[in-house]
Amino acid sequence: MDAIVTFLDDLPILSVITFLPIVGALIILSIRGEEAVVAQQSRQVALLVTVTTFLLSLAIWFGFDPGTAAFQFEERVDWLPAYNIAYRMGVDGISMPFVLLSTFLMPICILASWEAIEKMVREYMIAFLILETMMVGMFCALDMVLFYVFFEGVLIPMFLIIGVWGGGRRVYSAFKFFLYTLTGSVLLLVAMLAMYLQEGTTDIPTLMNAKFAAEMQTWLWLGMFASFAVKVPMWPVHTWLPDAHVDAPTAGSVILAGVLLKMGGYGFLRLSMPMLPEASEFFTPLVYALSVIAVIYTSLVALVQEDMKKLIAYSSVAHMGFVTIGIFTATKQGVEGAIFQMLSHGVVSAALFLCVGVVYDRLHTREIARYGGLVNNMPKYAFAFMVFMLASVGLPGTSGFVGEFLVLVGVFQVNTWVALLAASGVVLGAAYMLYLYRRVVYGDLTKADLKAMLDLDRREIAIFAPMIVVVMWMGVYPAPILDAMSISVDNLLTKYHAALAAKQAMALPDLAGQVVAWLK
Amino acid sequence: MTTLSDLAPAYPEIFLALAGMALLMIGVFRKTDATGLLTWLAVLSLAVAAGLIVMGPQGPVTAFGGMFVVSAFTSFAKLLTLAGAALALWLINAWVRKEQIARFELPVIVLFATLGMLMMISAGDFIALYVGLELQSLALYVLAAYHRNNLRSTEAGVKYFVLGALASGLLLYGASLIYGFGGTTSFAGLAAAMASAPDGSLGVIVGIVFVIAGLAFKVSAVPFHMWTPDVYEGAPTPITAFFSVAPKVAALSLFLQVLAGPFAPLIGQWQQVLIFVSVLSMGWGAVAAIAQTNIKRLMAYSSIGHVGYALIGLAVGTTEGARGMLFYMLVYLFMNVGTFAVILAMRVRGRAVEDIRDLSGIAKSNPGIALALATLMFSMAGIPPLAGFLGKFYIFMAAINADMVPLAVFGLLASVIAAYYYLRLVKIMYFDAPADAFDRPDAATGLIMAGCSALMLVLFVASAPFVAGAEAAAKALSLG
Repeated sequence: MDAIVTFLDDLPILSVITFLPIVGALIILSIRGEEAVVAQQSRQVALLVTVTTFLLSLAIWFGFDPGTAAFQFEERVDWLPAYNIAYRMGVDGISMPFVLLSTFLMPICILASWEAIEKMVREYMIAFLILETMMVGMFCALDMVLFYVFFEGVLIPMFLIIGVWGGGRRVYSAFKFFLYTLTGSVLLLVAMLAMYLQEGTTDIPTLMNAKFAAEMQTWLWLGMFASFAVKVPMWPVHTWLPDAHVDAPTAGSVILAGVLLKMGGYGFLRLSMPMLPEASEFFTPLVYALSVIAVIYTSLVALVQEDMKKLIAYSSVAHMGFVTIGIFTATKQGVEGAIFQMLSHGVVSAALFLCVGVVYDRLHTREIARYGGLVNNMPKYAFAFMVFMLASVGLPGTSGFVGEFLVLVGVFQVNTWVALLAASGVVLGAAYMLYLYRRVVYGDLTKADLKAMLDLDRREIAIFAPMIVVVMWMGVYPAPILDAMSISVDNLLTKYHAALAAKQAMALPDLAGQVVAWLK
Repeated sequence: MTTLSDLAPAYPEIFLALAGMALLMIGVFRKTDATGLLTWLAVLSLAVAAGLIVMGPQGPVTAFGGMFVVSAFTSFAKLLTLAGAALALWLINAWVRKEQIARFELPVIVLFATLGMLMMISAGDFIALYVGLELQSLALYVLAAYHRNNLRSTEAGVKYFVLGALASGLLLYGASLIYGFGGTTSFAGLAAAMASAPDGSLGVIVGIVFVIAGLAFKVSAVPFHMWTPDVYEGAPTPITAFFSVAPKVAALSLFLQVLAGPFAPLIGQWQQVLIFVSVLSMGWGAVAAIAQTNIKRLMAYSSIGHVGYALIGLAVGTTEGARGMLFYMLVYLFMNVGTFAVILAMRVRGRAVEDIRDLSGIAKSNPGIALALATLMFSMAGIPPLAGFLGKFYIFMAAINADMVPLAVFGLLASVIAAYYYLRLVKIMYFDAPADAFDRPDAATGLIMAGCSALMLVLFVASAPFVAGAEAAAKALSLG
């Protein structure tokens, strides 16, 4: 046991997890032979690499010490010495679960694409492996520039995944996704550079203890908000999401909903809240308002969707509204609930997109009206779909309940109106999900082509089984996950409230005045 | 009395001049076609010149009575120029044989153009500057019209010549005004004169503006960019590759050398002009490129945009900015050579094609070319993890450190617009239905495109030594 511990201590485990997929991509690049052989071997290598990465990432889970808020498994190598910017990696209780979420979903994505992707399989697998590197790296990065690099780097593979292997208006959606996100991100970059200008460092732990003037905080916060709000996505900059989801291949939607949306929420927790507490508090009403609108409005929109993927996409916006509300309550329950909700949504929405993928692979349509009565000939599918549908609704005993419940507990302590409105979103959520389920799974099995559809095969069962286990485990026994993040969240909130206690006066920046001053 | 050792700083240039003449003789007296041989000899000469620069004096030394300056800055800029010229020659060599228009003068003219560039980088006096600039320009006019039976090529040559002459005239006029009001053409003398009167007389300021106009023409910055798309499109492709790197690097270095040298005390006067030029170049380079369908024209606008970014580094007027600018030029050079290697590889059944629609679906038929171009395009758009991002990062960091946040924000937003047309190329290659497959690229072109795109990743991960080199170079300038 000691030997293992020493070995783990010496191994730069975070870098290994981050860059192992790139190594896999290089291996795939070197495969030679007939197209079919290349395709098959690419799939196998990708699966092997992602499973290995997941198993290695378990070492972080088991080696993680939940008793401290400090960053663990730290690594540091100089990268851009001219600006004192380092390649610095590390995880705490907030980022660690997201690393596992990413590595857990990846093998599932590869399996889900096994038969669905037929053209350019090699390139597809490479894109996914690069994507995994970027995602894991982003959650581990402890330097803002490094964070930004991974944050932006995600765009390249995702752009290609939507554009090359997507359907429908894939080109339009790919561009919309890319340009929306990039516009937000460059403003984040400006905020980062401005922070560097004041503090002379881009080291995240150092900046967490930095003090920014009130006026500056507002600008910095807005710069970051531009980026994270697009990524979450918050109303009204969510419009890229339904398009991207509908036109992405199944596995692309899975990773988009499962991990990429969490980058925004993670950004709020890692950068906005600890570094800019006063501004975060100042803009809390704005976040509440946008989130409540998102929860109610997008739920209503989801109710009338005719495309299954679009419905789930809108439900994602609603669920992420809960997350942003939870984060900005700045209460222990709220923040923990938000993180838990992100993890839960990461698995559940991913699984729901996979459920859509299953029937889409068989019938090649996502139109809800084309389905009905699938419970008769696809009982296993109906069961899996039911578990995830109920988890999405937030039924007690599933992971969805824990997150939503904690968020509502948190928000009740600070603002009952927001709590009331958010809670109504839960009801609406139940409405559109049950309505979807009724139309697809129940009813009479009348259409001939539906009757011919086969139930889940072994590969699909292998995909869904672990997800069902995780959803149930998170719902029944969430303590290990909550314990892991508890101290880190405590630490975040203690510092946050301490900063607010020594509060600086905040005001909206005098925009016009500053423009005039600058012109002079 | 001048001894041979006094000329030591100029050995690389002297060597290149002698080599150029020797090559010319070889070409004239050989009975058979000597283009291939001469190209390799020219590359070899460039390599020897680079070796002489590295081994020669590094510290600030002068020759020819202050006319010729050598410093860490000139060495850095010259090495970049030589690298650009050598890579372009390599591409030219593969190309002339395919098009069967090989003539032995080609490598010789490239060699003389490069010599002119080195001369102007090392200029310590307006007279020396002008001589170097004209040697370079005249050689470039000939190169633009090299494909002399081709209407567009000759048109490009004439256009370049007429507008280039105009720009040279502007520059010369500015230099004469500066001489009239400053009393000397020597940079060292002017530096002393400017330092004593930091506000500058009106005559000097007007002179500087004319000099800037002339130089802006040479680097194709807006509003003096009009010749660029036509010349890029008309000139033979590998010549365009040469145009887009070596003269750009040399002229941008000259820009730094002049403004950050003798006129550094007058920064208050020229800074706003530079900001204006840089903002216009970034904006117009991004917007105008959207409508282009010819890939060479597109690259012309792309290079206009890149010059805009590089000029931010000069506009901020700090050593940090100059460092960013030099590193940006380094990245730009390899990015551009790589892209032109891809353009040269765009041949269907032995015929060169230039429309961006010809790239349709090549991800399927030529995955290697598609991957290389996609990497280069993402790098040009400044998306991490590629070197183009770091280039922009150093520039923007310098701008923000100099308290010029609006300039940085504008640059970032322009880069989002520019990202659109770079992405469009990726879209055409990866998303669209396949058109005709390209022929297999020859070894040199393939190697350069693979090497340059791989370099984008290498430079991203290990930028530190190059930035350190750029920093040493930037410190040799007299900026704050």
